[in-house]
Amino acid sequence: MANFWTGYAWPTVITAIEVVIVVVPLLLAIAMLTYAERKVLAFSQLRKGPNVVGPFGLLQPFADGLKLLVKETIVPSGANRVVFVVAPLITFTLALVAWAVIPFDPGVVIANINVGILYLFAISSLGVYGIILAGWASNSRYAFLGALRSAAQMVSYEVAIGFVLVTVLLCAGSLNLTEIVEAQRHIWFAIPLLPMFVIFFISALAETGRAPFDLPEGETEIVAGYFVEYSSMTFALFYLGEYGNMILMSAMTSVLFLGGWLAPFGVAPFTWVPGPIWFALKIAFVLFCFLWVRATFPRFRYDQLMRLGWKVFLPFSLLWLVLTAGVLTAAGWLPQR
Amino acid sequence: MIVQAILFYIFGTVAVACGVLVVSARNPVHSVLFLILAFFNAAGLFILIGAEFLAMILVIVYVGAVAVLFLFVVMMLDIDFLQLRSGFVQYLPIGALVGLILLAELILVIGGWAVSPSVPTQAPVLTAAGGVALSNTRALGDILYTRYLFGFQVAGLILLVAMIGAIVLTLRHRADVRRQSISAQLARRRAETVEVVKVPLGAGSD
Repeated sequence: MANFWTGYAWPTVITAIEVVIVVVPLLLAIAMLTYAERKVLAFSQLRKGPNVVGPFGLLQPFADGLKLLVKETIVPSGANRVVFVVAPLITFTLALVAWAVIPFDPGVVIANINVGILYLFAISSLGVYGIILAGWASNSRYAFLGALRSAAQMVSYEVAIGFVLVTVLLCAGSLNLTEIVEAQRHIWFAIPLLPMFVIFFISALAETGRAPFDLPEGETEIVAGYFVEYSSMTFALFYLGEYGNMILMSAMTSVLFLGGWLAPFGVAPFTWVPGPIWFALKIAFVLFCFLWVRATFPRFRYDQLMRLGWKVFLPFSLLWLVLTAGVLTAAGWLPQR
Repeated sequence: MIVQAILFYIFGTVAVACGVLVVSARNPVHSVLFLILAFFNAAGLFILIGAEFLAMILVIVYVGAVAVLFLFVVMMLDIDFLQLRSGFVQYLPIGALVGLILLAELILVIGGWAVSPSVPTQAPVLTAAGGVALSNTRALGDILYTRYLFGFQVAGLILLVAMIGAIVLTLRHRADVRRQSISAQLARRRAETVEVVKVPLGAGSD
């Protein structure tokens, strides 16, 4: 029985504690991101943004959450009940489970698996299910149109993201996220792979359905897209899922291109700051870029979106992949392990 | 070990149950959803035998891409469920026959299965020259791109041909639709597009 305790029970308990340690700050970060988004948008548009609830309006997200909590959950009469309720749960869960493999510092990761980057890719490619199921189960034209748009969009941009990931893998020589970060000790991948960094960032915008690629929501044409029929907590789960995905994509960008927990320069004043703080700063920077883009660019038209994904990003990332492989092989820089 | 066994039976049972539900579900969308669940359980089984690369690829390719397109098509079909059920008894013999043939083939193949004599049958198959354990991603890559390079390339070519075929079948150019030519838009200069004219009062420009 001792084997049971040391072999199964304690690891389970410890993992559960680790999950709580990751998820609670994450949920807090999601709440703060909604606040940050409104503030950044407000400052971009010369407004003040939320400033009434709490100091500087800092408690606004909690007020919003409370409001959503006490509202009524409405399931439309023609809706497919089970799928209708499961869809937001899927979206929200997927936004959380991906954090299992994100490394915060050397060895500080819930599951240091060999195929971490594939796991992230798999989870982000599942994100489309929450949306497409929501659209279908709502039994509403607008929701369905939003779901179809979203499915096509996410599948398209995944292809480009896949090629970007393969390029990073080539340079790092590993599928393990910790090793990918360690491989950037000399130079962050954002510098030699700058075009791929840009493509990844833009594809991340499209993958999370953020402006200027928020056509699945497109409130001017299809009111709110896939979540028109959702209210109260089911709506809140979608909302939290979307912001959770933004933070996740920013974390992916930091790990793959901005050196994760590594300090920008390996010299004294920078190395005093602990790794997780650097990681959080990088995530915050990428998130700010997400919001900045939203405040700056108008929404794409759907055919332009498809053109950009298939006719620009896909050929270009394929070309850059072949180029990277060629340069690495010719110069003998292929990582040996 | 007991936990692995329990997990195996959970994954296996759910996968088989999902397989049955895929066939028996009334709503085709539900069928696809059960198919996705079955894929997940298959991925779980892969992880149990330590093939994490295959598990992830299964999820990425089948769940993340193929099943989405499946769902996409099935959702848009306008199906009369009663009509779909009507021919069940009529088609049952043929279906059963096909199933039996497949079952017999599977039994023949698995019964006659022989592991290549050069490969040791027990676990430490995947070791590098120095005796270091390889990750299975690397082991798969080594085998796929050295021993089975031709097979791999041919499979890729067949898929490419299929893809080109599908594109050719659906491609059509409509002459009556105005298309955006982004390169033309970007190549425009001010001189070609804007003309500033001094219009005399009462005369109007051309």
